[in-house]
Amino acid sequence: MDLNFSLLGAQAVAGLTRGMLYYLLASGLTLIFGVLGIINFAHGTFYMITVFLTITLAVHTNYWIAAILAPVILSLIGGICEFFLLRRIYKAHHLLQLLLTFALVYIGVDVVKIFWGTYPKSLPQVDLLQGGIFIGGIRLPFSYLFMISVSAATGIALWLILYKTKWGTIIRACTIDSEVADTLGINVRMLFTLVFMLGIYLAGIGGVVAAPVIGAVSGMDMEIIILCFAVAIVGGVGSLRGALLGALIIGLVESFGLLVLPQFAIAFIFGVMTIVLILRPRGLLGRSAS
Amino acid sequence: MFFGKKRRSIIGLSLFILLLALFLPVVLPKFLTFLLTEIIIFGLFGIAVNLLVGYSGMVTFGHGAFYGLGAYTVGLFLTKTGVPFIVAFLLAPIIASFFGLIIGFFCVRLTQFYFAMLTLAFGMLIWAIIYKWEKFTGGDNGLVGVPLPSILSSTQAFYYFTVCVVIICLIVLWRIVNSPFGYTMRAIRENPERVRFLGINLTRYKLAIFVISSGFAGISGGLYTAFTKGAFPDYASWAKSGEGLIIVLIGGMSSFIGPLIGAAVLVFLQQIVTMIFQYWSIVLGILLLLVVLFLPEGVMGIKEKVRFQR
Repeated sequence: MDLNFSLLGAQAVAGLTRGMLYYLLASGLTLIFGVLGIINFAHGTFYMITVFLTITLAVHTNYWIAAILAPVILSLIGGICEFFLLRRIYKAHHLLQLLLTFALVYIGVDVVKIFWGTYPKSLPQVDLLQGGIFIGGIRLPFSYLFMISVSAATGIALWLILYKTKWGTIIRACTIDSEVADTLGINVRMLFTLVFMLGIYLAGIGGVVAAPVIGAVSGMDMEIIILCFAVAIVGGVGSLRGALLGALIIGLVESFGLLVLPQFAIAFIFGVMTIVLILRPRGLLGRSAS
Repeated sequence: MFFGKKRRSIIGLSLFILLLALFLPVVLPKFLTFLLTEIIIFGLFGIAVNLLVGYSGMVTFGHGAFYGLGAYTVGLFLTKTGVPFIVAFLLAPIIASFFGLIIGFFCVRLTQFYFAMLTLAFGMLIWAIIYKWEKFTGGDNGLVGVPLPSILSSTQAFYYFTVCVVIICLIVLWRIVNSPFGYTMRAIRENPERVRFLGINLTRYKLAIFVISSGFAGISGGLYTAFTKGAFPDYASWAKSGEGLIIVLIGGMSSFIGPLIGAAVLVFLQQIVTMIFQYWSIVLGILLLLVVLFLPEGVMGIKEKVRFQR
């Protein structure tokens, strides 16, 4: 019995940890979709590049400097992409929007190959993140705790920005109707760029906390983007609370799925996504479709 | 008269392409015949996707699943049972459209974004099952050494087989898109509300289109299994669904045979560019960016533009 409890506990911790990572990515994805109306397939690509960049920067300096720099650099690259590419297709057919971010995915795959090769990379040991503590017989590695606390802190900061600042109010106004916001004299173009950068910054933080736990592997972009879609859909696209709920559900489904039927853990995730879309397309906490 | 003339020129052009297609392998090196076969198979997949995306305005993100289902139907029947090739091959569209019926039943009720997401979810579900059900599908290793009748074993024989199958499919598809049903498809794309006002059962029509499109995707998947003598989980992945969309976009959504051109571009990039330049994916990405930004109507759009300017 005791063994079972600690096993379940360990799976729950692993699920929550991964869930928090998914939350970081899905919140950016959902924010970008809410404001810009773009499904950003390249979100996982930005995340993957941050992980590789974090590791490279950490090798040359240390992890903490890398952790601050990498998301900022990626966010700037994201801003450039928005300014030169996305900006031109907001009014285009949504298939074109989809394929434009898809093009970034293809480019990102080779950018990683060109700069970092095809072998997996791992972060040099970070002393502070080694070891862990035991609570009630469940081991909590520090790297997991770090991931959970950074994600939670980022989530709170994001909530404060969106609900307690003027910019946040403007962003929320744009999720409802960016054209009206435009006529009210808000610089919507600049706002779009900033929101895209913010979304990429969130993915970047995800990359930073994932680097010690997961490391960098090619193909991690595809893996995470599909999971983030599942998270965003289950929680409700455009809703930050939904992203949190969806992330925890998907994280837990994944880790308990591994316990029950390891082979089909991934199928469970898409099963949940399918069921939610059929029964409640707008997601558990989503607004009614506009 | 205008239609007669247009029709005659279309028939003339088709005959020309047909003769060219039949004659080409005689002069082409084996490798190019091989590429041509691949292009034609992908082209059929693209046209099946375009039936939904271009003609009916339903952007699907899970059509790789039906391609994969067709591929695995042929692969599994040929490796696990003793049925003749032609039976396994004919089962591919049947199984694919059967799944299309079930999946489509749920998907067509949703609009635009949610439709795309549900097709993605179902697609990933099917991919995950193919990928992880090792005992049945061979999992990650896929199915290899699918036995083919000896008559189809040479590159050229298989090329002719592919051309025949695809031509039959194209004739059927051409008749579909130019029938009243086909015009209803376009009407659904342009204005679903008005179509409903006309008393047309929108859901049933969309489902019919979905099933037809799944069936043809299944045929192309089945052809590809026979072509490579193997089936792999990648065939059903979202990347394959994405390739379908890329083929459609590059060729031009508004054109019937546009996807064949899109497929030619994609195969060229994957096979030829890889030989000289290690990074074909970045080339495809940049090409895709250029098409989206400067040529949103696709390659066939150039022709339209020229026609209007004249």
